[in-house]
Amino acid sequence: MSAPVIDRAHGGGGVETRELVRQVFLARFGNPTLDRLDDAARVDVPATRLALTTDAFVVDPWSFPGGNLGDLAVCGTVNDLAMVGARPLVLTAGFILPEGFPVAGLEAIADAMARRAREAEVRIVAGDTKIVAPGCGPFVTTAGVGVVPEGVEITGSGARPGDAVLLTGDVGRHGVAVLSRREGIGFATDVVSDVAPVAGLVGALLEAGIAVHALRDPTRGGVAGALNEIAAQSAVELEVEEERVPVTPGVRSACALLGFDPLHVANEGCALVVLPAAEADRALALLRSFPQGRRACRIGSVAAGPPRLVARTVLGSRRVVEPPAGELLPRIC
Amino acid sequence: MRSSPTTLPEGCSGAALAARLLARLRTYGGPPVSLMEVCGTHTVAVARMGLRRLLPTGVRLRSGPGCPVCVTPVEVFDEALALAAEPGVILATYGDALRVPGSVGSLADVRARGADVRVVYGAAEALALARREPRREVVLLGLGFETTAPGVAWAVLQARREGLSNFTVLSAHKALMPALHVLLRDPELAVAGLLCPGHASMVLGSRAYAPLAQTYRVPCAVAGFEPEEVLLGLGCLLDQIARGEARVDNAYPSAVPADGNPTALRVLGQVFELTDSRWRGLGALPGSGYEVAPEYGAYDARRRFLAGRTFPGQEPAGCACAGVLRGRVEPADCPLFGDRCTPHSPVGACMVSSEGACGAQYRFREV
Amino acid sequence: MCVAVPGEIVAVAPDGTGVVDFGGAQRTVSLALLDRSQVGDFVIVHAGFALHRIDPDEARETRELFRAILADDPT
Repeated sequence: MSAPVIDRAHGGGGVETRELVRQVFLARFGNPTLDRLDDAARVDVPATRLALTTDAFVVDPWSFPGGNLGDLAVCGTVNDLAMVGARPLVLTAGFILPEGFPVAGLEAIADAMARRAREAEVRIVAGDTKIVAPGCGPFVTTAGVGVVPEGVEITGSGARPGDAVLLTGDVGRHGVAVLSRREGIGFATDVVSDVAPVAGLVGALLEAGIAVHALRDPTRGGVAGALNEIAAQSAVELEVEEERVPVTPGVRSACALLGFDPLHVANEGCALVVLPAAEADRALALLRSFPQGRRACRIGSVAAGPPRLVARTVLGSRRVVEPPAGELLPRIC
Repeated sequence: MRSSPTTLPEGCSGAALAARLLARLRTYGGPPVSLMEVCGTHTVAVARMGLRRLLPTGVRLRSGPGCPVCVTPVEVFDEALALAAEPGVILATYGDALRVPGSVGSLADVRARGADVRVVYGAAEALALARREPRREVVLLGLGFETTAPGVAWAVLQARREGLSNFTVLSAHKALMPALHVLLRDPELAVAGLLCPGHASMVLGSRAYAPLAQTYRVPCAVAGFEPEEVLLGLGCLLDQIARGEARVDNAYPSAVPADGNPTALRVLGQVFELTDSRWRGLGALPGSGYEVAPEYGAYDARRRFLAGRTFPGQEPAGCACAGVLRGRVEPADCPLFGDRCTPHSPVGACMVSSEGACGAQYRFREV
Repeated sequence: MCVAVPGEIVAVAPDGTGVVDFGGAQRTVSLALLDRSQVGDFVIVHAGFALHRIDPDEARETRELFRAILADDPT
C-alpha cells in the first residue's frame, strides 16, 4: 500500500478537507482560535499601531538543507513584521497543494511551521487549503499582523547621513543551500540555510532603547538588493566595505564555483540594521550576545549623496554596486 | 574540507599584497603606453577592484575581445533561437548566453513563451540530458575559447562511444590566437603590452604566446585573477617595457603549464577543425572558428538541422559593440552606454554578458 | 574569460569522473581531460572539466615571490 497523497477531494471543502486540516494542521499548530475553524479569526490586540504584511512562498525544492517551505513561511512573515519594529502577533497560512503531493511532506511542512511559530511566539490563527493540478507547488501564502511599540519609527526611508550599517550574521547561506538541491545545478555542500526568525534580535535592540533607523532583511536580491533599496528610499549614499561582509568559506567556495557574488545571494535569517554611528558598538555587543547574532559586524556607513550603493574595493577605490537583475544563473564565463 | 595550495603567503592578506604591487606599478616613469587584456574574467577583475583610476599616469589598460559571449555574432544566436523553436529540441545553453539578444529576442524570451531551453553548467551535463531524454534532440550551444571547447569535444567523442543519436553541438567556439594577431597588428591600438588570459592558457600553454612576442615585439604576461595576481602580471609588462624586452612572462605558473594541456588539445583537434569565422567586432578572421569536423557530422547541429539555411544577423542599430570589442572604443563612448543600453535592458552583447567590457564597466563603475 | 576554480580530488570513479572538493562545496567533475588524476590532487576545473593539476612546487614558488615582494619596501 503506497503512502497517502493529496488528492482533489482534499480541496473540496467537505469531509476530506476537514480531516486533513485536523490531522495535519490542528494537530501541529492548533490553538484555541484556530481550533474553532471559523471562517475568520477574532483576535484581541492592544489599541495601538498594527503592522500588516503578506507573502507567498514558492521555494523550489520545497525541502532544502536547513529547512523547508514551512520554515520559510513562518520566518519570512515574522521577519517582515520585525523589519518595521513590530512584535509579531498572529499569522494566517493558505496552502496551495498539487494533487499527488505526499501527505508526509505536508506533515513535515506543518511540523516546521509549528516549531517556528513557537520559536517566534506567534499563533497561526486562520488557514485555507486548495488543491491544484500536479506540476507545481506546494505553495504557502501568509498574512502576518504585529504590534508596533510606542515611539518606534523604523522604515526603509529612515537612513541618515552619518549612520552605521550593521549585518546581524553571515550571508549567502540560504541561496546556496537551496541551489545545491536544485536539479541541474547539483553540487554537494554542507552549507545549510540560515532561515530563522530575527524578531528576537530586533526586539532586544528596541528594548535596550537603541534608536534603530532602518531595518531590512536581505532576502531575494541579497545584501546588494536590500542596501540599494534603502539607499533609494532614504535618498542617501550607502558605502559598504567589501572585505568586511561576513561570508563563510563554504558559501565563498560555492559562489566561486557557480560564478555568483555573495552580495547577490538570498538570506533568510539575518538583517541589515541602520542606526546612529554612536550606537553601533552597543548594538553589536548586544547582537553578539545571541547565538544567532554571533557574527554580527559593521559593514559600512551612510553618507549624503546621490542615492546609490557604493563599495570600497580591496585597493581602496570606490565603485557602484548595482542591484542584482534577472535570475541568478550559473555561468561558465 | 581543504582549499588548494594557496599562492598567498601565510599570514599575508591579499589586500596588503595588492597594495604593495600597486605601489610598485605606480613607480612607472616611462613613456605613455597602452596595455590590453583579452579575457572577460580579467575585464571583471580589473573593474571590480577599481584599478583603472589607480594606474600610473600614462598607462592605459584596454579591454579586448575576451568575452566569448560578446564575440559570438548575432546570427549564431538566431540559429540557436531557430533550433529552440523546433518542437522536438531541447536547447542547452550556458547561463551566460541566455539573455543575449538575437535579431529578435533572446533564448530567455522564447523560453518564457514555451520553448524548451535549459541552462547547463557544462557539456557533460548536456550529454546527461541527452541520455535522460532519448526521444528529444539535445542541442548544446557551444560557445567559448580553448578553455571550453575541449570539454565539448570530449562530449562528442563520448556520445559516439555510447551510440547516442540525439546529441548535437551548435558550435560557435573561437580560437584565441588569430584575434590576438589582429589586435597586435592594429596601428590604431598600438598595444604595448598584452595581459594574457589565465585559464585559456591552461589549455594553450604560456609558450603559445611566444610567436606574438617575437613577431610584434610586444611584451606578454600570463596572469591570474585575484587582485594581486592581476597586478603581478601588469608589473611584469611594465618591467619588460622599461627594459625594452619582449617575451612571455608566466605570472601564473601554478595554473599555467608552458606547453598547455596535451590531452585537451588533442581532443580539440580531433573533433573540431579550424575554419574562417565571423567575430562580432573583428569581422571575418581566417582559421579562427572551431567547427565540428565532417567525420563527426552526426553531432553537428548545423549539418543535421540547419543545412541550407542562412541567418544574416542584424546588429542592433547604434550599438558600438564592434568597436568596443576591438579595443578602439571605450564603453563610455558608445552613445547608448548607460542610457538606452544597461545591464537591465541591454542592446548589445557587450552589456548583456557579465564579462563584456560594457557590462563590467557599467556594473562596477567607479565613483 | 572563464570561471575556473581550484579544488581537491576526493574521489575518483572508474568512469572518468571524480568528486572535487572546492573549499567545502563538492561536485562531480570530469577527469577525462587530465590523465593520471588521483585522490589528493589539486586541480583547476572549468565548466565541469578538470583542466590542470596544480604543482605544489609552483604554488610554493609563487608564495615565495609574493613574500619577497611584501618584504621589499619600494621606498
